[in-house]
Amino acid sequence: MSSKTNYFKPTDNEIILGILNNSSSTLQYLYKAYFPMVYQLIVNNSGSEDDAKDVYQEGIIILHDKIKSGDFELTSKLKTFLYSVCRRLWLKRLNHKSRYNENINDYEDHFSVEQDLVSHEEKDQQFVMMDSALQQLGEPCKTIIEDFYIHNKSMQDISEKFGYTNADNAKTQKYKCLQRLKKLFFSKENI
Amino acid sequence: MKSEIDLIKEIEAYLFKEMDAKQAADFEDERISNPSFDKKVTEHFNFLQSLKSYGDKKALKIQMGKIHEEIDLDALKEEFNKAPSKIISFWRKTKRSLAVAASIAILFTLSTLYFTGQFDGQNHVSNYSELKRDMETIKRSQRALINNINSSSNQPSDNSQYGGTGFALSSNGYLVTNYHVVKGADSVYVQNGKGESFKVETIYIDPTYDIAILQIIDPLFKNLSPLPYTFKKSNADLGEDVYTIGYPKDDIVYGKGYLSSSTGYGGDSTAYQISIPVNPGNSGGPLMDNKGNVIGIVSGKQTQADGAAFAVKSDFLLKCIGNIPQDSLKEKININKKNTLAGLNRTAQIKKMQDYIFIVKVYN
Repeated sequence: MSSKTNYFKPTDNEIILGILNNSSSTLQYLYKAYFPMVYQLIVNNSGSEDDAKDVYQEGIIILHDKIKSGDFELTSKLKTFLYSVCRRLWLKRLNHKSRYNENINDYEDHFSVEQDLVSHEEKDQQFVMMDSALQQLGEPCKTIIEDFYIHNKSMQDISEKFGYTNADNAKTQKYKCLQRLKKLFFSKENI
Repeated sequence: MKSEIDLIKEIEAYLFKEMDAKQAADFEDERISNPSFDKKVTEHFNFLQSLKSYGDKKALKIQMGKIHEEIDLDALKEEFNKAPSKIISFWRKTKRSLAVAASIAILFTLSTLYFTGQFDGQNHVSNYSELKRDMETIKRSQRALINNINSSSNQPSDNSQYGGTGFALSSNGYLVTNYHVVKGADSVYVQNGKGESFKVETIYIDPTYDIAILQIIDPLFKNLSPLPYTFKKSNADLGEDVYTIGYPKDDIVYGKGYLSSSTGYGGDSTAYQISIPVNPGNSGGPLMDNKGNVIGIVSGKQTQADGAAFAVKSDFLLKCIGNIPQDSLKEKININKKNTLAGLNRTAQIKKMQDYIFIVKVYN
């Protein structure tokens, strides 16, 4: 996070490159650059400050996933994409609150992002399911799984952290945990 | 058959490249030859992928949470203060719905007014006058079927104010109608079916029973032929077929029904409740039974209920006649004792009765 980024305005392509490389300064720039736009949209269309935050963060996640998945083609400005996504997300929420009104006050150009939202909803559902499965898994399994599969820690580190006599014992424990987690995750899906 | 945990071990060994070349080749061969194995491997890969993206998303959320805290929300609020106030934005957002709601409300009000007859000036006046009578606690008049022919009071006196029905008590020109029909009248005329009008005088009133006895004092009047009907002294029975003939309009109208209760409005024992279609102007008409006996005088109906009309019982009419001081009478009232309708069918009865039924016109 160099202070330079505050003075230099990255292009859309540079932002995409930064996201692909997990650059936290790029994310910071992106987030701060367009939050006011979405804030204006939500707050002036019967939303609260928290609504603006939730919708915007969901929008950033959608953009982030789209870039990461590699199928992001820059056919529009990132700004327009973000605005369109957040606009659609907010309309959906208004609809849920039965206050849906096509006469939303618009501040930017926008286009249809239905396909992006559909794939986002699938992913979001998986996220919720995984979260719930991990909560049910309990400790120490949850942390072992997170450390190994998400934080990419070595089995050596994990066995030390949890006091296993050797890495093999820790590995066996990890497999048992993963098996349970799979059961929890897939049983959820069938409900 | 490998156990689930062995399968996981094997898949992960392959995935994390912990297998030697031979093992890896065997693994890949099995994926090709055994579809169910391949399916399980794919499933596990996808699961690990889900786990990974779960972790990524969670990390991203945490990261965004931190960035969000750095944003100066107060400055944002300030910047977008120019934005319309809540009330205005509420109006903007809901004006369409509000407009629809308002139009529905207006439409509903108008149609309600229309269907309840509030737009009809005449109706309004007569509803009001009924209420007025209510407040004057003239119980019978409250149910009066006064036909409000002309609602304006500053009309020339040759226009009759109210109308009702009356019928002959005797052939020498005595008639009966409701007291409420002739109440407050300056002059009263009766008109027969042929259109001949005769001036009448009110010779006796009984507000309690809502009865008024009239006498034709017009020199042009010639005595009627003997009355075809008689007056019943006893009470009529519940469920009995009854009918009435009257003048709710300028032509005579027949109405048929049955006796539905032996007491009238509010349990009034001097009246019957009848289920019969009656309208303003029917007041004072005779209530007849099948055999051609007058069993009552139609006097009113309940405004709040359908099919509930009332008629003063005939024995109270006879009591009234008996109460008239004989010295005030120019001629004797001879109550007819001979019924010539009894054997006739309904249409013949009506035909014979028509000449004895009059429109009562009231001027004041």
